[in-house]
Amino acid sequence: MLAPEPVIFELSRPGRTTPAQQPPAAAAALPEQFRRRQPAALPEVSELQVVRHYTRLSQLNYSIDTRFYPLGSCTMKYNPKVCNALALLPGFLARHPLAPAATGQGLLACLFELQELLAAVTGMAGVSLTPMAGAQGEFAGVAMIRAYHRARGDHARNEILVPDAAHGTNPATATMCGMKVRELASRPDGDLDLDALDAALSPATAGIMLTNPSTLGVFERNIVEVARRVHAAGGLLYYDGANLNAILGRVRPGDMGFDVIHVNLHKTFSTPHGGGGPGAGAVGVGERLLPFLPVPIVGRDGGCYRWLDERDLPQSIGRLSAFMGNTGILLRAWVYLRILGAAGLRRVAEYSTLNANYLLARLTEAGFEPACSGRRASHEFIVTLRRQARELGVTAMDFAKRLLDYGYHAPTTYFPLLVPECLLIEPTETETREELDGFVEALAAIQREAATDPELVRGAPHSLPVRRLDDVRAARQLDLAWRPAAR
Amino acid sequence: MSNVPAELRYTKSHEWVRVLPDGSLQIGITDHAQAALGDLVFVEVPEAGRQLSAGDACAVVESVKAASDVYAPVGGEVIAGNELLATQPELINQDPYGQGWILRLQADVDPDSAGLLDAAAYGELSAAGH
Repeated sequence: MLAPEPVIFELSRPGRTTPAQQPPAAAAALPEQFRRRQPAALPEVSELQVVRHYTRLSQLNYSIDTRFYPLGSCTMKYNPKVCNALALLPGFLARHPLAPAATGQGLLACLFELQELLAAVTGMAGVSLTPMAGAQGEFAGVAMIRAYHRARGDHARNEILVPDAAHGTNPATATMCGMKVRELASRPDGDLDLDALDAALSPATAGIMLTNPSTLGVFERNIVEVARRVHAAGGLLYYDGANLNAILGRVRPGDMGFDVIHVNLHKTFSTPHGGGGPGAGAVGVGERLLPFLPVPIVGRDGGCYRWLDERDLPQSIGRLSAFMGNTGILLRAWVYLRILGAAGLRRVAEYSTLNANYLLARLTEAGFEPACSGRRASHEFIVTLRRQARELGVTAMDFAKRLLDYGYHAPTTYFPLLVPECLLIEPTETETREELDGFVEALAAIQREAATDPELVRGAPHSLPVRRLDDVRAARQLDLAWRPAAR
Repeated sequence: MSNVPAELRYTKSHEWVRVLPDGSLQIGITDHAQAALGDLVFVEVPEAGRQLSAGDACAVVESVKAASDVYAPVGGEVIAGNELLATQPELINQDPYGQGWILRLQADVDPDSAGLLDAAAYGELSAAGH
């Protein structure tokens, strides 16, 4: 069992120090009035204590590099190390963002090709790589929808339709863009309710935000009809790229009728995921939205690459970052796409879907209830533990916490909100069958424990340095800063 | 089985409505809704004077699992929000039909003609797992 690690301030002893904490000689040149009068409240620890502290913390870390990480709608897949290694080449690392384009043609060529590849994969007419996170990509997408309607003088369109199964970021994005959100009901089989769609469409409709496959883990079978009706009403379709992994190389959002898409490069294209970034949320658009893409974009004049800016795209929604987004992250995605090629991308979709359906079938055999019974999973699926909660008093959260004792990261819990007591499970394409079998066996074992010894499951985790947290108290009594005890 | 008081009226989106002696309406979320949400950690109530149409999002209830909107069962003007909930969101869990009320509304329609559900109809709906 791993021991809990104290906060580094708790290791502190007055007067203990390391050379790195001594003021450098240059500090003597600081004018008197700018010098600190009290010592900074830093931990006073030896170098070895610091090394051990952070090494132990790193050992407590759980990552895709250590174990299975089936976090649904987050696509936590393995990122090949070569993507990282190539993005770290000194020619990329040492380039200054203000260096002239003429001295960085190699980098610009990579970014240009990434734009082209993403446009080809999504069926879009143009791509901008500048958004620095999925949320920023969403913002850029809806901002372009708004700019499109305004440019046409269509000022009454201020509503965005969002299905009830959507990621929470969708309504947040629409609100950030000054739109009103109208929620649409899904049917029990996971498809959008077309009657509800008709009732919601109006001259105020700016657009609709959809994830396909949806967050219920099923493909929206009515998508072509949805697109026809939204377009007929004068609205545009926004594709949330969260679940793009399932359809890579098989079907393209542009062909389904979508006008704009954001792509989470950190979910689908092998860039680092989690920990708050650096992220990348490239946006792609159809012909109608091309003039509004955020800048800069890489353009090609003859054989030369250059930055396109506001002079080239005067109707652009503008800049989302000082430079070209997170360029190092974009390079990783480019390497990934070049390594896989079209055939490799299709295999990603096939194996992520195969793995999800294998897990779903085995878990159903083991007595777990699929949320959309009769529907084939896409790359992720939902099981509902409402029966276990009702009959045994053991909830989805208890199952998730107990999984930690078995060495697994818990799947997404209680999302989407419309399925009670749910686990949203996404194995991704990079897991072996043995790994998937191990996960099924762990969940089956927990199911037996829930029947014979429910307290054991309700009290989990038992083997981690931090036990079950009081999340209600943590949320009610926010205490976000650790303060050293008065000395 | 959740508690569904017979004297109240209900919505499909799990609000309850009580007609007070002065004709104004007291509104909250049902026992079924608070149980589904789990322990509430934050509640945002509307300010007095706000005009609401039926179906408008008028309050937010947030638990450790989810944040949900509360919808106005009928249109009208807000008379008061329950200020106690700012520091004691758990009142909704403990007493959803009493101290856990969320807002008072001066309705601009007769609540009898607003298409609200009676206790029997809401009880069936919530028991069916909606």
